Amino acid sequence: MPPTEHVLVLALMLFCIGAVGVLVRRNIIFILLSLEFMMNACALVFVAAGAKWGQPDGQIMYMLILAIAASEVAVALGIVIQMARRFRTLDVDAASELRE
Amino acid sequence: MTPLILFYVAGFVTLASAILAITRTNASHALIYLVVALLAIAVIFFLLGSPFAAALQIVVYAGAIVVLFLFVVMMLNLGKSSVARERELLTRGIWTLPSLLALVLFAVVLFALVSGDHEAGAQARMIEPKEVGIALYTKYVLAVELAGVLLLAALVGAYHLGRRYLADRREEEESS
Repeated sequence: MPPTEHVLVLALMLFCIGAVGVLVRRNIIFILLSLEFMMNACALVFVAAGAKWGQPDGQIMYMLILAIAASEVAVALGIVIQMARRFRTLDVDAASELRE
Repeated sequence: MTPLILFYVAGFVTLASAILAITRTNASHALIYLVVALLAIAVIFFLLGSPFAAALQIVVYAGAIVVLFLFVVMMLNLGKSSVARERELLTRGIWTLPSLLALVLFAVVLFALVSGDHEAGAQARMIEPKEVGIALYTKYVLAVELAGVLLLAALVGAYHLGRRYLADRREEEESS
């Protein structure tokens, strides 16, 4: 089994890539994609911890993350469709009307 | 020793395809790299002794969630006409690198299966799906029900947000 520390470092790097994606990209599809990476990094930590202690709890937490990710994507893509219809663009800066 | 090298290869593929995914300009290309990254994470789950999580990662994440993304990207079809986009998707440069990364993953899994020492090299034991199922429906039965409620709420929310009349009403307001 790979050492847990190395898995944690990999998860951290993956999370950072996702965070950079959220901060840098302005296309909403890419922001959601980066969120998927961040969620996967969290899931990786859970599974690694479960594997380290030899308990199934880590995988159960992974399944709950899976359910959360699925519902997040479903609702977020509904918002994407509405945004594309209203603003004719996927740039999140176009949807800053509430501020004005 | 062998699973360690396999882990590093899979980790490299994960990070490489993640970086490539967030730097693409075309959403469809980024989604291809997302699939490769998710498959690489599934390989890591397998190497960690969690075959059930690995299977779920492929079936639910790479299968269902990415297809959902792809449906929306194709449906919106921003910019160029669909025929031009289709032709663009089939050029060689686009699919070579994702296929290559996926091939590396395939080699990793194949090697782990053929060498057959993925359990011998593991210090921790393999966590079987049976154990996960038993724990899921005894200790975590409340969490399962909460996840069910969450999915129902997401279903209703996605249906409401996806309806057309919200946009139509907006256009009426603008025209009047």
